[in-house]
Amino acid sequence: MKRRELVIVGGGPAGMAAALAARAAGVEDVLLLERDQHLGGILNQCIHPGFGLHHFKEELTGPEYADRFAALVHADPGIEVSLRSFVVKLGKDRELSYLRPGAMEDIQAGAVILATGCRERTREMIPIPGSRPAGVFPAGLAQKMVNMEGWIPGREAVIVGSGDIGLIMARRMALEGVAVKAVIEIQKTSRGLVRNVVQCLEDFGIPLRFQHRLTAIHGADRVEKVSVVRVDDDFKDIPGTAFEIACDTVLVSVGLIPENELLEMAGGAVDRRTNTPVADEVNLTSLPGVFACGNACKVYDLADSVTRDSELAGRMAAKYLGVPA
Amino acid sequence: MKRVMTCIECPQGCRLEIEADGSRVISVTGHKCKRGDKYARQETEAPLRTLTTSVLTRGLELKMLPVRTSRPIPKDKLFDAMRAVKTIVVTSPVKTGSVVAENFLGLGADLVACRPLDKL
Ligand SMILES: Cc1cc2nc3c(=O)[nH]c(=O)nc-3n(C[C@H](O)[C@H](O)[C@H](O)COP(=O)(O)OP(=O)(O)OC[C@H]3O[C@@H](n4cnc5c(N)ncnc54)[C@H](O)[C@@H]3O)c2cc1C
Ligand code: SF4
Repeated sequence: MKRRELVIVGGGPAGMAAALAARAAGVEDVLLLERDQHLGGILNQCIHPGFGLHHFKEELTGPEYADRFAALVHADPGIEVSLRSFVVKLGKDRELSYLRPGAMEDIQAGAVILATGCRERTREMIPIPGSRPAGVFPAGLAQKMVNMEGWIPGREAVIVGSGDIGLIMARRMALEGVAVKAVIEIQKTSRGLVRNVVQCLEDFGIPLRFQHRLTAIHGADRVEKVSVVRVDDDFKDIPGTAFEIACDTVLVSVGLIPENELLEMAGGAVDRRTNTPVADEVNLTSLPGVFACGNACKVYDLADSVTRDSELAGRMAAKYLGVPA
Repeated sequence: MKRVMTCIECPQGCRLEIEADGSRVISVTGHKCKRGDKYARQETEAPLRTLTTSVLTRGLELKMLPVRTSRPIPKDKLFDAMRAVKTIVVTSPVKTGSVVAENFLGLGADLVACRPLDKL
């Protein structure tokens, strides 16, 4: 089995920052594995501005933020970037297997950093009754379709959840000519940034309905309408407040969940509820020499914070490897 | 006339209070930095927004290229700009910052690429 000093799984902002920081700390051999055809991770689909205000002191779009790091990573001869490389197995002693076009590779890593990001919670994870017509999408998936495939999911949309992804998608759909009828939020306030409520909803006259709950999605083949009701402070439906909104599309933006299957496979402790690694400190896992950073460690709001903490992960891995000797 | 608005220049989202006479700003309070003052004045006089969207490509690695206006454009021109974006197809490789459409809509802003894209 081939030996590699430091192997990083995932080439989003977390993996790239960790790779660069580990190199700066003296690690000589870094292998960065990314299953996609490009570096950048989720940033590739986040085409809105709002990145880099801390790190670069200017406001960049997601792809621009990613490109700054990708350029540094590609220019570093000590970092081997392997794209279209899907890590499928991790063992407790850091033996790792990945698939790349035409081959399966097995390697032994001195240290591993998991920078695998998050996936979206789906409608199935928060029960919404009703039929199962076409036209219901996780908001992040819709973001990818609209921004990267140029595919507009419908004409009249309702968005469930007022976190940043829901807000950003409301604006994106409005710009694309979709009538965004409402953003429905069960809480009293938005989890998203105030600036996003202003520039994504108020700018486009999109109503934000706090303390409202989607009770059903209707439609035979395609979504035709949704039922909504007002709730009280205990999230109980208030009788007589139910109404319907006609729409052909529902975007569900109900949060992200860290991707930690590899850590679990290796026998590392993962919190059942949050899917985050169980450890005393940020970037650590219960396995020696296995680190987790970025959205795989905990769900971050800002890419800038991901970069800062992941740089620390790179230095922690270097220290574990005894670098500088 | 008093107006209250949220500064959207950074994630702090300061609550700004503006004393104005029509679109003429008399005073601004509530900003944690000087960008907030500038924002309040601009927003009262003539609101600007940076447009980010993606344009169709042909023969390049990805189907869509993310683009932005090189500077903010009048908020009421956003939909005109989106219509114009739909007529563009990018066919040659770009670098981050490459100009995709010069002096877009005559607004004094260029449409620029937000990432590099190579040939397929
Ligand atoms: C919709 C949305 C909007 C956002 N808006 C903002 C904003 O305006 N401003 C801001 O600062 N932040 C924003 N964020 C937050 C920020 O973008 C994220 O916190 C950050 O991108 C997370 O980086 P990451 O590297 O941890 O994860 P990701 O970017 O998700 O990268 C993980 C990478 O790992 C790869 N991977 C996963 N598993 C494997 C495997 N087994 N083998 C190989 N590769 C694998 C994936 O392909 C991916 O490329 C937003 C996030 C989202 C989702
Ligand atoms: S005033 Fe300054 S600190 Fe406050 S939101 Fe605006 S830019 Fe940010």
